[in-house]
Parts: sequence; structure tokens; C-alpha cells
Amino acid sequence: MAEQLNNVNGKRKILARQSAVVRFAGDSGDGMQLAGTQFTDTSAMVGNDIATLPDYPAEIRAPAGTVAGVSGFQINFASEDIHTPGDKVDLLIAMNPAALKAHLSEVKREGIVIVNESEFTKTNLKKAGYPEGSNPLDDDDFLEGFQVFAVPITRLNEESLANSGMGAKDIGRCKNMFALGVIYWLYDRPLDNTIKYITSYFTDKKGKPEVTEANIKSLKAGYYFGETAEFFTERYQINRADITPGRYRKVVGNEATAMGLVTASKLSKRDLVYCSYPITPASTVLHALAGMRHYGVKTFQAEDEIAAVCAAIGVSYAGGMGVTGTSGPGLALKSEAIGLAVMTELPLVIVNVQRGGPSTGLPTKTEQSDLLQALWGRNGDCPVAIVAPKSPADCFDAAIEASRIAMEHMIPVIILTDGYIANGSEPWPVPKADDLDPITIKTVPPLEEDQQFEPYKRLDESLARPWASPGMPGFEHRIGGLEKDFVTGNVSYDPENHQKMTRVRQEKINRIADVIPPIEPHGDNAGDLLVLGWGGTFGSIHTAVERARAKGLSVSSAHLRHLNPMPQNLGDVLKRFKRVLIPELNTGQLRLLVRSKYLVDARGLNKIQGKPFLVEEIEQAIDLMLADGFGNQEFIMPREHQVTPNQWDYDFQTDQEGANA
Amino acid sequence: MNQPLTVLKPKDFASDQDVRWCPGCGDYAILNQVKRVLAKIQAKKENTVFVAGIGCSSRFPYYMGTYGIHSIHGRAPAIATGVKITNPELDVWVVTGDGDALSIGGNHLMHVLRRNVNLKILLFNNRIYGLTKGQYSPTSEIGKRSPSSPMGSIDPPLTPISIALAAEASFVARAIDVDKSLSEVLERAAKHEGSAFVEIYQDCNVFNHGAYSYATDKQTKEDSVIRLTHGEPILFGKERDKGIMFTDAKPEVVTIGKGGITLSDIAVHDETDASLAYALGRFKQPDFPEPVGIFRSVEGNHYEDLLAKQITDAQDHRGIGTLDDLFNTGDTYEITEIDSKHHLHD
Repeated sequence: MAEQLNNVNGKRKILARQSAVVRFAGDSGDGMQLAGTQFTDTSAMVGNDIATLPDYPAEIRAPAGTVAGVSGFQINFASEDIHTPGDKVDLLIAMNPAALKAHLSEVKREGIVIVNESEFTKTNLKKAGYPEGSNPLDDDDFLEGFQVFAVPITRLNEESLANSGMGAKDIGRCKNMFALGVIYWLYDRPLDNTIKYITSYFTDKKGKPEVTEANIKSLKAGYYFGETAEFFTERYQINRADITPGRYRKVVGNEATAMGLVTASKLSKRDLVYCSYPITPASTVLHALAGMRHYGVKTFQAEDEIAAVCAAIGVSYAGGMGVTGTSGPGLALKSEAIGLAVMTELPLVIVNVQRGGPSTGLPTKTEQSDLLQALWGRNGDCPVAIVAPKSPADCFDAAIEASRIAMEHMIPVIILTDGYIANGSEPWPVPKADDLDPITIKTVPPLEEDQQFEPYKRLDESLARPWASPGMPGFEHRIGGLEKDFVTGNVSYDPENHQKMTRVRQEKINRIADVIPPIEPHGDNAGDLLVLGWGGTFGSIHTAVERARAKGLSVSSAHLRHLNPMPQNLGDVLKRFKRVLIPELNTGQLRLLVRSKYLVDARGLNKIQGKPFLVEEIEQAIDLMLADGFGNQEFIMPREHQVTPNQWDYDFQTDQEGANA
Repeated sequence: MNQPLTVLKPKDFASDQDVRWCPGCGDYAILNQVKRVLAKIQAKKENTVFVAGIGCSSRFPYYMGTYGIHSIHGRAPAIATGVKITNPELDVWVVTGDGDALSIGGNHLMHVLRRNVNLKILLFNNRIYGLTKGQYSPTSEIGKRSPSSPMGSIDPPLTPISIALAAEASFVARAIDVDKSLSEVLERAAKHEGSAFVEIYQDCNVFNHGAYSYATDKQTKEDSVIRLTHGEPILFGKERDKGIMFTDAKPEVVTIGKGGITLSDIAVHDETDASLAYALGRFKQPDFPEPVGIFRSVEGNHYEDLLAKQITDAQDHRGIGTLDDLFNTGDTYEITEIDSKHHLHD
């Protein structure tokens, strides 16, 4: 794979690579997320394609030095088109023994491991749980197969800042910049973007130029260490990716969601009010929007999840764009109010950044297990539309689309994003406002003299009711959660009216299928296997299917952006393939829907580990499917880390024991 | 539109729907007074919004010819907050009951008051659950026998006035459904700039009839009720010869002319004094007469105004953001044709 470009002073080989996966790992207080983010930003700016996976503990500060407290940030950067943060790590930088312990197993064979040797003290080794008296750096077996570089980062950083006049604690906080500098050198990245960031953060925002100076000094010290210490024998070069010319920026998923909501507000000319209660991993949508007051954005940090959704309903009733955001447990709390929005036929956008569940579950880890909750988690027949973005940048488009459906069809719409794409990042081609389609809201018809306004008089095509709001003379009306008449909106307990209204509420959702695009398989339109996915698994599925196709296999992929309603042609597409595989980060929620609705024998690859799919896991499931290796099993689950076709977990399927032994 | 301004009458605020409360329900009196007050202050129908939760009281919006939402149990303050922050021009009223506001919705009540959202909250307190057929409520007295407390309630009751004051409400008042106090209090509440909290003693004719008979019966009411007036001594009784005196912050009922008590010994009501309001809020029959009128009324910033001001301040400071500004925030970079072709593997 490597191509030797040249020798620097006859010593440093520069090796060209198409992509590299780097993981920063350290204690939660070590600034690994910041270092990783800076590396990402710089890599995006030099024109690489990027995909990231931050991985941090649920505790703000788990006991320092323990495995539980390790915070990681993985970035895949490439001169090619990539869709995932990468399966295996090319370079791990471990700031302490716990970080090494937690992440070494995911480093490639012959991969690089840089450890902060200074932290491999007796105390830290003990905290990390290594056996008494043992140090992995002295253990050939432990590190066999890796290129290990022990750099005394803490000490070198202290030495470089010895004359800075700063205290030991402040000096220690700069060591992430030293580490970042080393990695910048190894991958031949410029420092200026990070220097600009440090300056604007510490000098301009915090008024601490001395801290700026120290951090820049550490960053450079790390970089020059790489250059002068003759420690590393090789450097790596990853060129610009071949991406469409234009203006780009890096976006994180939740930030893209926030921008999409603001955009929808401008396109619809309805003021955005985002009502939310802090919850991981949705909080950063609230943070982003709270910083956008000058765009006319109002945010309301409510006292709880129920208040948040109720306030958003109040916003919509008053004619604004009411949006609430949360994660799974919060969606559970909001369910009664979502029912009210369904009943009153008000637009409402609900952002649900899914995380591992049930209950509090894995707050900082990703999962896709709220699909059925989103579809059915309410009392009564209570349908809502569901849109799911597929990647961090796609959160922007999904947010606009969900808002458009909500306001044009007068219904609540749930955006099902997830922790992985919410925190992950990728390059985003900066759009132009003029290129975006306006959101057209059906205004209320003018009233004849003495004509009573009929708040539920519907449009023929969409069955959407007119959106009249307080402040409009002549349109005074009352809405509520009690069943109401089809047109007048007056409370009605009439049995036949209730049946009709139940069907109308469903039909409003069904008719969205008239305006959403049909599903288009990637690859061929028919074949041996279709891999169907939704949401944040898009990247892994797409890449795995690309690889399978490169091997000449008859495999296509299809991505469901609309989970309710599903595209009209989905049934036809499914039936054109001999087999259907549905990888999901849950126990098979989409599979349940597809099997019941389309009577297709879809099989599942179901991972419930709080982590996104590795491409390799999907590739192996594809191979197994094509080899009829699933037998009668409806689904298989990948084992942790190392997955081979012979290592599937059958524990959950005792009734089909030995079906594929 | 050169038509002469129509002067709205109370009946103009009624909807076309039949009112369906039980005969004799105190809600009728409140409904009539609210319509009268709206007419009196010449409220605009199109700018008036009634938001209710669930319960007998919460059917209120259906009977008003204004805008309205009958929503979900306990959450009316949150919905009303959303309405008000979206359009601060609207006059927003929350109608709720003791169960709705103090039990399932206790949290929201507390927070809407501390934020001082400029809306009016009418808490109909009949000390019982009416709509669900007579269970004891958060304001029912200990020992209350009900379908859910056959041996008597063991839950100590809440005092709505104390709750409101503890939540830093800027306007706290109490009235009685069939008493003249109601229209006075409603009018003051309507004119108050900020969250106005009004507890209304309301008779549930079916499940808790006569809970407030001491305050409504001709024979007893003057001795059982204090009518608070800002700046006036706190007097009561048919002859207005009884009053409240504080000795070492401890209140007692005294009679002018007895034991050397003169008018100057009687405490003077001060709507700006939160401690006094709290002390008065704890007055309970039969030990003390129960005050009606305005306990507290102070001015303060309104949540929705502060929020709107943050927007104008941000726009003054940073300029009004456009979508293109938004998209180009942060570090953008240009990929040119040459760059994109300059590729290692071409």
C-alpha cells in the first residue's frame, strides 16, 4: 500500500497513504476531544475527506487514570471518499496506561502506538489495573506486533514550558497540544489553523494571552520534537481528496441539525423557538442554537422534557416554528404531548438524538433503538412522520426536510438522529441560501362576512388543516386533546367521527409518501442481496457494499431516509432481490417493520454495543448471507472487536440451535 | 377599515358552545366574571388566548370566543409560555385547578412564576378532584374521606399562596367565586405586568359542596374573610373592628377597643412585602380569617421580553444574521478545480 516518495536527509521516509485512522486517547481531563477536533479541522482544511468518532465516558470526571475515565477521539482522514471513522486504528496516541489498555486492541497489526511514557508510573499502572509490578512498555508480548514509541510527553512538555512562569497544573494542561504537535508532524499537517484557534479562544475570548502563548509553545515543541529528535523514522502523507470543487467547512452532526432548523425557519418565514431540556447527546443542539440569537433564534431551556415539548406546541399554536430536542428517555416523557400535537394537528419538530438504552442506558454511546418508540410510543393510534439523517452533514438536510413536512402537512415530525452522527463530523459543501427551496405554508382563506372560521377544514391533497394563530382577527378558535369533529373542530364523541378521524390522522401521514422521493438502490436494481439500512449506519453499509461489489458480488444497498411513511416503491425494490439484510444498532426494529409490512424474509445483523458498525462486520454478514450461512436464523449479532464468520453469537436463538454451527 | 370601533360586551367573549359544568358549579361565576373583566379592559378577542390543562376548570377555553387550547394535564403553564415567548403581544390566560396546577403540574407552575412570564394564571381551588369523581386533591384537608381515601386522607394539604410566593411570583392574589373580591382581583391581575397568580376558592357543587361556606355564607363571611387593601390596616368583621396585629412577627387576631388595642396597633397591608404576604397566606380557618385580594404585587422583568431583548441586543452587536452568514460561519475552505485534480493517485 505504501509508496515511498522521498528521503529527507536520507533518514525520514515519507510514505504516501490513501487514508489513516488516528485515535487520541487519554484521561477525561487530558483534552483529547479538543486535540482530536483540532486535528480534524486541520485535516478538513487541507482538503482531506474526514469522518470522526468521539468516544467519551458518561461521567464528567471518572477517577483519573482509570480505564473508566478514558476519553477517546478517532478520526479517519483520507484522499479518497470515506463514509466511516474507520474500523481499525493506524495510530494510537495513549496519554496514560489506562488509555493504552482501553484502546490497544483496536490498533492494526504493525500499527503505531505512541505512549506518554512519563505517565507510566507505578501509581498510574496500578490505577489502570495492570498486574502488580508489571509495565506493558517492558513487556514484549504485550506490545508485539505494534510499532511502539515511548515519548515522555509530560516531561518534555514541562521542560518546554519551564520558563513560562505558569504553575505546574497549567503547564500540565498544555500536554495535549504537545501530543497534537507530534501527530501534526507525523502527518505533515500545518499548525496555523490550531494556532489561530488557540489565540481566538484564550486571548480573544478568555483574555489570557499567556495561556495562548504556552499552548502554542507546547504545540510547536511537539512538532519540533518530531522533526529534530530523530525518534520517528517515517512520516506519512495523505493528499487532498478528490472532492467536488467549492467551498467547504467541517460540520458536527448536532451543529448541522441546528443550522438546518434555522434554515427551515428562514425558508418558512416562521420564527424558530427551540425548547429543550439538557440531555446527552442532544444538548449540543441547544448550545448551538442558544448562540444564534442574532439569527432571530429563541431558545427556551425548560424545567423538564414535558415542559419543553409543551412549550414547543405553544410556539406552533402561536404561529412560530416549534421545535423540541431530546434523547430517548426524554422522548418517552414527551409522548403524551406529542399525542396532543397529533390531535390538534399542529406542526412540531422533535429531534431525537438516540443513545444506548433502555432507561438511562448508555448516555454517551450510540444506538438506533428508538425507532419503534418514535413510531408507536404513544397512546391511541397516533401516527407521526419520521425522518432519519444518514451522516453528520446530512443532519442539515434532514432537519430542513422534517421541518418542511411538519409545517406543510400540519403534523409532528420526529428526526431520528443518533449519538454517532450527532458527535461525528465530516466536510460539508457550504450551500447558498438562494439555492434552497422555500417552505410554503398554506395560509388561511379569507373569511366572508359572518362566516365562521373552520379550523379543521382540510386541503384536498394533504388533508392538512389551515394554520391560523392568535393575533389574527376573525379566526378565533379553540383546539384541544379531546376528539373533535372532522371540520369544525368542536368536541365530538360521535363513534363514527372518531373512526373517521383516526383514519384521517393516518392518511395525513400516508400522503407524505406522494411527495417524498422513491428509494433508489445503490448498485444494481436487482440481484442476490440487498443491504437495507437507515440512519447513521449508512456509511458502514455503503462502504461494505462497495467492497463486496468490488469483489464482484451481486450486492446492492438501499438507505431509508423516511421511516414513516416509507417510500411507495420500497416493497417493489425489496422483492427484486433474492435476499435482504438489515444491519441495525438494535435488536431488529426496522426488520420487524419490513417483515410485517412487505412479507419479505429480511435477516438482521444486530449490534448492541453502543458503537457504530465496523465495515468489516457488515462485510462478513454479507458473505454469510450469500453463502446461505444464516440458515433459519432471523438475525445474527457480531461479537465484540474481532469478528470472523465462525464467531457469531447464537446465544439468543436457542430454538434454532445449531442452525449454522 | 373605517368602521367605528365596536365596544365588546361580556357576551362577545363567549363561544357558540354550550357550557357543560354541573348546575351550581362555581365555575359559572368565574366564567362570567372573566368575560366581564375582558370587556371592561377592552381586551381584543384575537389577542386573547386561554390555555388550560385537564379537569373541570380546564374546559374553560371551549366557552370563550377567543383563541384557546385545552391541552394536557398540568402542562398549561408550559404551553402558555411557548405561546407568550413566540408572540409577546398576546394576552395569555392559564386556567387550571388544584389538582392540575399543584399535583401533576406543580413543577411547571413553579417555573412559570419564577420566570415571570407575563401571563395570568387562574387556579380554581375546590379542594377536590371533580372530573375524576371526587378523589382528594393536593389542597384537601387531612382526614378528607373520598373514594381514594376511604379512611381519610393522610396527605397534608398545600397552600397555593405559599407555593406561589416561594416561587417568587410577582403577583399573588386570592378571590372567591361568588364574592365581589373576584372581579376586583381579576381586573388587577389582567393589568399586572408579569405572571399573575390568582387562587380562586371555587365550590364543587357535587363532590365538595360547601368547602368554603365559611367564606360565602352571609352569617360567617365577614368574620372569616379579610379583604386586603394596599396601604390600609388589615381589618375584618361586620363592624370592621377586628384586625391583625403582629407581635415579634407573630400574628394574632385582636379587636379594636379591647385590651387597649387601637387602630394604630393593626398591621398595614403592603403589597410589596413578601414576608407579610407569606404570613397572610398561612392564615387558615378556623384559627385565622382567610385573606382575599392581592397579597403581593411587584414589578419585575418578564421572561419573554428579556428573551426578545437578547435577540435585538445580539443583532445590534453582531448584525442581523443571514443564512449565508450562518453557512459560512467558522473555518471554511475552498477546494478549487486544480486542487481537486491534484491527486496522489491520478
